[in-house]
Formats: sequence, C-alpha cells, structure tokens
Amino acid sequence: MTEPTIDRATYDALKDTAGADFVVELVDTFLVEAPRLMDALRTAYDKRDADVFRRSAHSLKSNGNTFGARTLGALAKDLELGGLAPVVKGDGEPLDVLAQEYARVAAALTELRNA
Amino acid sequence: MHEGGHGAARLLVVDDNKVNRLLLARSLELQGHSVASAENGRIALETLRRENFDALLLDMEMPEMDGFQVLEVLVADLQLRDLPVIVTSSLEGIESVVRCIELGAEDYLSKPVNPVLLKARLGASLEKKRLRDQQRDWMRRFATREVAQDLQESGFSFGGKRVHAAVMFSDIRGFTALAETQPPEETIELLNTYYTLMFDAIGSHGGIVTLMAGDGLMAVFGAPLPQPDACGSAVRTALEMIETMNLFNVDRVAASKPPLKIGIGIASGEMVAGYAGTNERATYTCIGDTVNLASRLEAHTKVAQRTILIDGATRAALSDRVEVESLGALEIRGKATPVHVYSVALVQKL
Repeated sequence: MTEPTIDRATYDALKDTAGADFVVELVDTFLVEAPRLMDALRTAYDKRDADVFRRSAHSLKSNGNTFGARTLGALAKDLELGGLAPVVKGDGEPLDVLAQEYARVAAALTELRNA
Repeated sequence: MHEGGHGAARLLVVDDNKVNRLLLARSLELQGHSVASAENGRIALETLRRENFDALLLDMEMPEMDGFQVLEVLVADLQLRDLPVIVTSSLEGIESVVRCIELGAEDYLSKPVNPVLLKARLGASLEKKRLRDQQRDWMRRFATREVAQDLQESGFSFGGKRVHAAVMFSDIRGFTALAETQPPEETIELLNTYYTLMFDAIGSHGGIVTLMAGDGLMAVFGAPLPQPDACGSAVRTALEMIETMNLFNVDRVAASKPPLKIGIGIASGEMVAGYAGTNERATYTCIGDTVNLASRLEAHTKVAQRTILIDGATRAALSDRVEVESLGALEIRGKATPVHVYSVALVQKL
C-alpha cells in the first residue's frame, strides 16, 4: 500500500485552521469515539441492523476524512454505501480489514499528537 | 445579530458525531461567533424553541431525529421557518443535496467542511437573514401585526377577497389651520403623539390602520382576519379615541394650547379587501361603497356638528347596545337611496 495512513497535508491544514492545541483535543476525542463506532458497526452487523450500520460507517468515514485518514475513510465509505450484504457475504471480513486500518490510524494519530 | 461585535452571530451546531461537532464549533468560534451544540434533531428543536439563534448548521445522518425530519419541522413552524439552515453533511449523492434544498435549507456544505467556504456561505446566509429581519421589522412598523401575520401565513399576492367588515375614518378638525400657527417640528411631534394614541386604541380592539394621510386615518375591523363583533369593536374604538383625546386635551389646555377635536365616521358591510399597488410598493386596503360611505360620514360630522357618525348597518348590528341619536336620511354620492345616519352618544355603557 503506497497511500500513507494519514495524509499529512490534510492533517497540517487542520492544525493550521483549528489550532495545534485544539487538534490534540480533537484527536483524543476521536480515539475515544472511534472504538465505539467500530463496536457499533460490529453489533449492527451481528444484529443485521442496516440503519445503525450505515450511520456508524458514515460517521467513521466523515472522521477519517477530517484527519486525512483516507484509506480508513474509503473503507468506511464502502461499508456505508454497500450496506450489510457484502459484509455478510464476506463473513465479516470487511470489518476486520477496517479494524486493522483503524489500528494503524490510531497509532499514527497518537504519534502525531505527541509530536 | 444577538450579541458580539460586527457580524458575530449566535449559532447552533447539530451533529451526532462528537469530533464533527467540536471541529465545526471551533471553526465558527474562530470566526467570532458564539456557538451552542446539539447531538440530534430532537435536542436541536428543543434548543431552538428555547433560545434565539441566527443560523443552524445541520448534519443529516443522526439517530432519533435526522436532519431531513428537522427541516420538515422547521418549514412548517411559523416561528422557526425563516431561520437559515446550512446543511453540513457527507451524504453520498446529489439527490440528498437536492432534497435538503427542496426542504428549505439555505445552503449545503460537504464534510470535512472547508473553513473558507464555511465563512463565505454563513456570511451570505446571515446577511440574508438580517435583511429579512429588517424587512419584517419595517413591515411591523408600517403594516400592523395582523397584516404582517397574514402576509407571513399566506404570502404576498395581489387580488382581493370579499369581506364583511366595519370601516372607520377619522381626522382632526382644523388641523391645517393649527399647523400654520406652530413650528413644523411641533406639528410632527403632535401628529406622532396623536397617531400613537389612536393606533393604540384601534389595535387594542383588533382593528388595523390601513391608511394614514396627514391628520386623517382609516382603520378596518374584520379584515384581514374575521372579527365576530366588528361593528361593536369599531364603535368602542371610536369612543375610546374620543376619551383619549379628552385626556390629551387636558394636558394641552394646561400648556395653553388649543384642544384638538376629531370627527369619526363608521360604516359596515361588504367590501373588497386585499393588497393593491405595484411589486415595489403595495398596501393592504379595503375598497367599496361601504368605505366611501364611512369617509362621507366622517366629513359629515362637521356639517352635523357631531363627533361620531355611524350608518344604519352598523346601528342594526349593534341593536340596542348603543345609545344613538337619529339624524335622518342623508344623500350620499354613489348611493341610490339616502342612507340613514346616527350620531353615537359619547357617554354610554357599551
């Protein structure tokens, strides 16, 4: 994969416009909220709750794009638009792929926040 | 604008996602606005009904009550439907954007929201709201609450409808002569006081002033909103106007100024009511024989040397509730048969 986990241009622009201190706070909020959204996605998949599934994927996509986590954003967008069917077909595998990408994003953001 | 410096507005940010909410609020605060936030549509509506805001920034995908539902509620709410709404969403597809605009959203911004675009779009929305507020303020000042409400509810369109109403004309006796003996500033100040007192009397009985010309005014009872006892309200208003003038004259006499006397004519019946004018300038007015008759009755108060004159129809509507003196039949231009005229006694229980 050549795409960086976090697009630095997006992240730096965010820092410039919102302020470095604020972005630290924003990253911390994301690191608390995102695992909840991942859990919600997993539960919605287990219960086959299409509404919550779409909404959670939508939220993750939106946040991913905010921080420049393009791959995470793209994976979440696929889930938002594709709905439950492809995930059921893949026996939950797309959610595992998303979780692995989130782990990379969380690590990268933590590093950037502490920099 | 509610508070803050030039261009600073009070805004409500609605988003179920905390990161989005914080970031948008931050961008807006950095632009000098004061921001409150809500995490879903239901909470947003509760907040909007409790506090005043200059604009709403609304996410679409939300639990409990989504943005589309919020837009539907807002468009149907008289108090809130003029609030500018900027949709901030990352919904996929142009259909969602179209749906938002159709539901009355002022603008649409995709997330992540670009701060420069946000500033421009919000500035435009707030400016539009400022103009609308100003227009409404002017409309209130010049058109009365009832007409303003009618316009807000039904929109503006030329063309009248037939209504049954009571019309009143009144003017100040010898005002032109009085105006010539005093400085112009004093004349305007006198007129302002007079209008304030008369508008108050008319408004408190549900009437609306449709015309002001010099020292004369025309008021209607029963239009644009129907009134169950339009004739009674008109006559009660006339009596209150006379009583108010008497009190006003006590002050004037005490200040060694000549007292003001007014004459009032009231007629009731069918008339055409509506907005007339051009697209640039229009007024709510009533037209018809009944209106002409009221004007003639007011003019006749000078000849008959009475203060309040009413026509037979108004008298009949009031039956025995009002003490009158019959002045017989009066020839009125435009009326085939003479009209019966009554003078209303100034002291009575109505």
